[in-house]
Amino acid sequence: MSESLILRVVTKWLVPVILLFALYVQFHGDYSPGGGFQAGVIFSSGFLLYALVYGVDATTRVLPEAVLRIGACLGVLLYGGVGVVSLIRGGTFLNYSVLAETPVAGQHLGIILIELGVGITVACVMLLLFYTFARNIPPQ
Amino acid sequence: MEAYTVLLVVIPLISAPLTALIANRHVAWGLSLLVGAATFVIALMLLQDVITGRVIHYELGGWKPPWGIEYVIDALNALVAVIVTAFALLSVLFGRQSVEREVHDSQLHLFYAAFQLVLLGLLGMALTGDIFNLFVFLEISSLSSYALIAMGHKRQALVASFNYLIAGTLGATFFLLGIGFLYAASGTLNMADIASRFEQYDAMALVITALLFILIGLALKAAAFPLHSWLPDAYTQAPSMVTVFLASTSTKVAVYVLIRCLYHVFPQEYWSQLLLPSFLLLSGCLGMLYGSYKAIQQDSIKRLLAYSSVAQLGYMIVGIGLNNETGLTATVVHMFNHAITKGALFMAAGMVFYRMHTTSLHQLRGAGKTMPWTTGAFVIGGLSLIGVPGTAGFISKWYLLQAALENNNYLVVASLLIASIMAIMYVWKIIEALYFDGEEKLHLHQVPSGQDIVAAMPLATLCCYLLVAACIYFGLYTDLSLDAAKTAAQSLFAGGPAR
Repeated sequence: MSESLILRVVTKWLVPVILLFALYVQFHGDYSPGGGFQAGVIFSSGFLLYALVYGVDATTRVLPEAVLRIGACLGVLLYGGVGVVSLIRGGTFLNYSVLAETPVAGQHLGIILIELGVGITVACVMLLLFYTFARNIPPQ
Repeated sequence: MEAYTVLLVVIPLISAPLTALIANRHVAWGLSLLVGAATFVIALMLLQDVITGRVIHYELGGWKPPWGIEYVIDALNALVAVIVTAFALLSVLFGRQSVEREVHDSQLHLFYAAFQLVLLGLLGMALTGDIFNLFVFLEISSLSSYALIAMGHKRQALVASFNYLIAGTLGATFFLLGIGFLYAASGTLNMADIASRFEQYDAMALVITALLFILIGLALKAAAFPLHSWLPDAYTQAPSMVTVFLASTSTKVAVYVLIRCLYHVFPQEYWSQLLLPSFLLLSGCLGMLYGSYKAIQQDSIKRLLAYSSVAQLGYMIVGIGLNNETGLTATVVHMFNHAITKGALFMAAGMVFYRMHTTSLHQLRGAGKTMPWTTGAFVIGGLSLIGVPGTAGFISKWYLLQAALENNNYLVVASLLIASIMAIMYVWKIIEALYFDGEEKLHLHQVPSGQDIVAAMPLATLCCYLLVAACIYFGLYTDLSLDAAKTAAQSLFAGGPAR
């Protein structure tokens, strides 16, 4: 399958579009349907497509497993960190209203950061799962 | 004080990814120790605060309940939080040496990260007042405990973990379905809100379906007979530290959630007129007889203790099924006492395994002479398991007996006594093998050459004896455990935490 020229070329064109769409879903999530979880899945699907056509080894060169592990942890830390900052600023855990000057700006900032954390972790964990299972399939 | 509540969940939430990121086994252990110690102190402070009957409410994200998620802490869940955090701290101390031998070096930091996540999940389950939030924490603790069990040193650990995964996922799915039905009927996920408006929809057929789904899901997680089949394998194959922690906390938290759902989500008058109390009694009695019977037949100490856990969980289910205040007190206090007892016994089993590389009684004959301290812990822990006066086990069984007599339920009394006799038999089986049989030449397995097999475990022995001392202390001075249990049972029977 990876020998097919059409697949290779189309994949090269499609991957950036998929990633861009993922970012759109991510950063427009507070106004429209979407958010971190969906964006993370879409983001990882771009790399899944790349891995299906160019092979897992090529994908791990682009995005090594070690990086994904760090990303997965950082996403959770970002999420928890926002909560801790709101605790320190005198609110309850994850109360975004105290994050900025006005409650509205605080809510806005809070939800974007939280969703970013979710997105990073979901994208990384999806790819880690894929790598883990894909590596057990012997190459033909 | 309220502000500290959420820290119980936040500390492990921040620390777990850090542990996984830093990827150093000493840092991982240190962070786990810190998390255990910090959460234990906070849980103790909370218990001090609520033991008089006060109820703490904490609103997450500043959203008012019933729309937002709230944590509600009364005497019952503060006691559960103390149990969970105390055993987290003790298991980390205990596991310092044994984990390094039983878990592969490259996985050590992930092991400790997963351990902190289990702690996070169990604490969340204990604290939350929102039933969907409870499901999320249930999943966090379950998923990470599957990973912990799979890290056992034998390949069978993978099978045990997989079986637990299937059973646990079924349980969680049933629980979620129940929540879904309940939400469809009531339109809310806040436990207090569901309970307070219960009359408006209790005639709907959905509600009883929801109750059954929630019950079966939780019974699977609590390993109530006949849904216990995942437990013996999981406890036998898991690394010793995980067995100590899970055996003394995870099923207890599931029993706690069962109590919480039966008294604070569904009103007691609603389910006590169904067949449910008799069904709980049947499950509990059969569980304690079957568990004790199977325990007598086992050769591996860990497996024997695991089956004895099935039996002891039967006692707790019976306490709920008796449906009176004394019975509930007995259940709650038995959660605490059994955690101490089983914790001590599994620690002793872990130390035997660390030193002898086997837990088979057959191969441990006469080990009482080579390991007097560890086998001494078996004796005292075993006495507490039987319920000999002067040990913690006696207190809870005494209350359970009283509760059964209050209801004039002599069938329960009879099975309690038979199960206790069977407990004497399986504890005697351990003691006979360790002290009275002729010494067996040890068959050592998987010992790298040049390793000191008689290595002592000072820290682990200390933890084990702390619990052994607690077994005796809480058998003689029952102020803390019994007061908390009584306050909890009273508030449960009064119907819901005060708003």
